[in-house]
Amino acid sequence: MEFVSPEGLRLDGRRPMEMRQIRAEIGAVAKADGSAVFEMGNTKVIAAVYGPREVQNRTQQINDQALVRCEYSMANFSTGDRMRKPKGDRRSTEISLVIRQTMEACILTHLMPRSQIDIFVQVLQADGGTRSACINAATLALADAGIPMRDLVTSCSSGYLNSTPLLDLNYVEDSAGGPDVTVGFLPKVDKVTLLQMDSKLPIDIFENVMQLAIEGCKAIANYIREIMLENTKQLEYRRGI
Amino acid sequence: MREIELSLNQTQKIRLKRALEKLESLSSKANYNSNASVSISDSIPVNHEDGVLKGHGTLDLNGELVATLCGVVERVNKLVYVRALRARYKPEVGDIVVGRVSEVAQKRWRLDIHYSQDAVLMLSSMNLPDGIQRRRTALDELNMRSIFEENDVICAEVRGIQHDGLHLQARSQKYGKLERGQLLTVPPYLVRRRKQHFHHLEQYGVDLILGCNGFIWVGEHVEAKDDMVEDQVSKPEQQNIKSNKNSISLEEQEQTYTPIETRQSICRIANAVRVLSILGFNINIEVIMDTMNLSSSLNLDIHEMLGSEFCVLVAEGEAERRSLTKKKG
Repeated sequence: MEFVSPEGLRLDGRRPMEMRQIRAEIGAVAKADGSAVFEMGNTKVIAAVYGPREVQNRTQQINDQALVRCEYSMANFSTGDRMRKPKGDRRSTEISLVIRQTMEACILTHLMPRSQIDIFVQVLQADGGTRSACINAATLALADAGIPMRDLVTSCSSGYLNSTPLLDLNYVEDSAGGPDVTVGFLPKVDKVTLLQMDSKLPIDIFENVMQLAIEGCKAIANYIREIMLENTKQLEYRRGI
Repeated sequence: MREIELSLNQTQKIRLKRALEKLESLSSKANYNSNASVSISDSIPVNHEDGVLKGHGTLDLNGELVATLCGVVERVNKLVYVRALRARYKPEVGDIVVGRVSEVAQKRWRLDIHYSQDAVLMLSSMNLPDGIQRRRTALDELNMRSIFEENDVICAEVRGIQHDGLHLQARSQKYGKLERGQLLTVPPYLVRRRKQHFHHLEQYGVDLILGCNGFIWVGEHVEAKDDMVEDQVSKPEQQNIKSNKNSISLEEQEQTYTPIETRQSICRIANAVRVLSILGFNINIEVIMDTMNLSSSLNLDIHEMLGSEFCVLVAEGEAERRSLTKKKG
């Protein structure tokens, strides 16, 4: 199948190095401590953060740091054919774990001992790159909940199809079976916290593909930063003196 | 960006937008350092030669001071810290808080006060209902549920942080169980610390407690009972009533009866607080009273206060009020 046309356009009309339209909104769940909606093209994800709060299961309590928990689920209506079992299967357990580890690495857990932070992410529309979208949404929600973090974590995926590196794969490109690299990145300290890849790539090409994903992460970080700053300013001036 | 969750028609949208823009221009004039807002991983400009002390919400990253929270940079002499907005409550010694009992444990109650852990109220750090100062016996421990039960709403003061968590105390008649009223939860950053957190609104017969943790209590006024003798007389009576729960005596009915006017005032004040919290305005007694008076002067029903029209009016009123105080100052 041809994923990049001779004119250099992808199936959805993007250039190979072009990202999908991103949109973020803070404050989607009224009862949560922090919440956010993050969209990448047709992928739409909602995240809610509760805590830091009292540990529900006392045996899990850690005396010098916070316990971070994460639950990933997909809404029944998120995919083309309705999902039978939206959570608890192998795939969502794995993604929950990935998101938890990524977020735990950047939360300053030692500042909130003997407490627990719950992150709930749900995919509302799935069109490839849900993993990245979930991490971005979780970052925003954690920032909204006022949880101290080492740095913003942002995530973006990239792939390699028709001997072209492609940024931010959508569902059709994702299911083509080619290599799919998901990168989680800390822009300020310039470090990678998450790297996942399906199938194989030669090392010299891999470098290019990963660099492309990192560029995508940086672009998302800039956007997220703007959204958070605007939100903070608005809260501040509304409150008044 | 956090949108205000209201269904507005076109004119209301424009009016609200205008009011909020006015507020924005007022606050940007007030803050000489209006660009003090930071988001996570922004570097905070500091002069390292002065020897800065890094406070909450900051991190030293390769000699650069970096924010770990979204908020506003505050500078007090050498100390630089970031004040987070929408975060959980950060207790300070002496704060007046309102909480809900989540557990009755050995010699202590655990209270949910919207902090990262449950707060602890020791049996020994509160006045017993009989008002006598004495050692707490094993009998007192057994009777703890007769003082506070699970899900009771309690007002107390922050005593300090000990090794096993945050401790509260309630050593005065003004603290203790809150009954016959409503508990509202607002984001804690909207409640400023002030000299006065207990308010008795005499014209309505209502008590208003603005807890520093964002829990706000609106309830019927209760006289703080200092007379120990009177208490001792009434206590055995209460026990009698508890022993035969099926027949509620007339006396008790009279005790728990709240007149309809008081109930309406409670609801009106509560809705005023709700409107202010939806709009994200600072919550203090003056603004609550202004909002309440505005609603009664417009002859609005209590339920109409949560409508979009009233919210827009409150926003416009707030813009007006802040611009007036600015001119005076």
